[in-house]
Amino acid sequence: MNILVCITHVPDTTSKIQFTDNNTKFDTTGVQFIIGPYDDYALARAVELRDQTGGKLTVLNVGGAETEPTLRKALAIGADEAIRVNSDPKDSFFVAKQIAHYAKEGGFDLILMGRESIDFNGGMVHGMVGEILGMPSFSPVMKLDVDGTNVSMQREIEGGKENLEASLPLIAGCQEPIAEWKIPNMRGIMSARSKPMNVVDPVGDETHAEAKSYTLPAAKADVKLVDPDNVSELVSLLKNEAKVL
Amino acid sequence: MSVLVYIEHADGQVKKTSLEAISFANELAEKTGEGDVVAVALGSIDSGALASAGSAGADKVMHASDDKLTAGVIQAHASAVAAAFNQSGAKTVVMAKSSLADAVAARLAIKINAGLVSNVVELPNTDGGYTVKRSIYTGKAFAETSLDTENKILAIKKNAADLKTDGADAQVEAFDAGVSDSDFAAKITSTDRATGDVLLPEADIVVSGGRGMKGPENWGMIEDMASTLGAATGCSKPVSDIGWRPHHEHVGQTGIKVAPSLYIAVGISGAIQHLAGVNSSKCIVVINKDPEAPFFKAADYGIVGDAFDVVPKLTEALKAEL
Repeated sequence: MNILVCITHVPDTTSKIQFTDNNTKFDTTGVQFIIGPYDDYALARAVELRDQTGGKLTVLNVGGAETEPTLRKALAIGADEAIRVNSDPKDSFFVAKQIAHYAKEGGFDLILMGRESIDFNGGMVHGMVGEILGMPSFSPVMKLDVDGTNVSMQREIEGGKENLEASLPLIAGCQEPIAEWKIPNMRGIMSARSKPMNVVDPVGDETHAEAKSYTLPAAKADVKLVDPDNVSELVSLLKNEAKVL
Repeated sequence: MSVLVYIEHADGQVKKTSLEAISFANELAEKTGEGDVVAVALGSIDSGALASAGSAGADKVMHASDDKLTAGVIQAHASAVAAAFNQSGAKTVVMAKSSLADAVAARLAIKINAGLVSNVVELPNTDGGYTVKRSIYTGKAFAETSLDTENKILAIKKNAADLKTDGADAQVEAFDAGVSDSDFAAKITSTDRATGDVLLPEADIVVSGGRGMKGPENWGMIEDMASTLGAATGCSKPVSDIGWRPHHEHVGQTGIKVAPSLYIAVGISGAIQHLAGVNSSKCIVVINKDPEAPFFKAADYGIVGDAFDVVPKLTEALKAEL
């Protein structure tokens, strides 16, 4: 099976979020970048499926040269080759266009990615790629098994899950517990150095939306502590002060 | 012109989050002069229940009652909403984020060539442009996003609008969703949904437990408090990882993000990944025996004490009050 996994290059989940340049740019000072946690699940499942069925696993990122270490890590985890679409994407539509173009060129049977990136949290790219390519798209997918061209999936819905049957080719936005995250071993890290890193140009420049400036939430006031022997005080605060009961 | 709202329903009722989306659209239409608010509903539901969407601010409901649309097949819903969009002459589509709406919105954006902004937290600013405030970095920041397209889709977060409840009944009209067999290529074989309970992503009050609960056998007191409050129950990631609670209760960065009026955390230390899932809550109460638990810094109210002592007492006090 020929599998494409699209990954994001995002700040580690423990990063302090700050902005510079008059709140128009993300401040990368001291920030560690990682493969998006949801993308990491997608990649882990893709490695398992490639190992089961044979074939090739390609990993793709739309981004600048600074994302290459993240792509290398995906190669170390088990992808066979990487594509970096060299650009500074402004919105999910642009990213979806790039992925759709290179996915079509690559003739992939299965396209996986995380349910959403953890920077912009849009969760829209998989659906857009699906619509552009005329392929079904599913998200958030928590289980995915392939038997020939039949795919059985489990999708999370509010308060439960939905079981689905579909056929390849398809696109899925993944989340836990689709697979366990894989940690690259020494052999993987060594072999990643010699795997192909293809840098390609973006196609078209159409965008629909652009983040112009950023703000942080208002600082939270100090917590009001209530004595454990006087819980009715809490009830009255919730009712009369916070007005949430 | 009109603003189109994609609404969802469950158990014969329009979802509350969809009613909020209608109210949002109502305020939007007033602001931009886009005219009527038209809701689009798919699948089997009583037209009386749909007419009541008028209370939230819908003028009209377009209904494709084909029973094949009742289950939320993503492609079919995207096609049907696109058909409604074209028939209604709307330029803007509003929907409340959900596992189905998100998937539909993305495909719809391509079908109708619309710019799409997700996690919208308030009405757009239309002074000399069209700028939408959206939540980013999992609630840790906001972005002012300019939207440059003629057609627009706004997927709104919970609490983005106040629910209007005083509108007159809406007029319900059938429409042809124009779906084809290929839209149903994917088959939903079964759904496994907790019934009767309050659904976590939509709940107004959430009571969550963490490792401080010591074991799944102690969840009775969490559930007692939740049922007293009409709340949904949630848990931290370690708790769902060990299997004490099902995955769909996991609240946090990689789990469910909630935005209730009241979030009560019991025995949860407050790792940054958990906070990312709750930082849109209006009011946070933390109960933890460790006064150094980082969650207290994110809380409005706190009790430093043993959950096994505090929780039953608090439930009793709540019962007495409510």
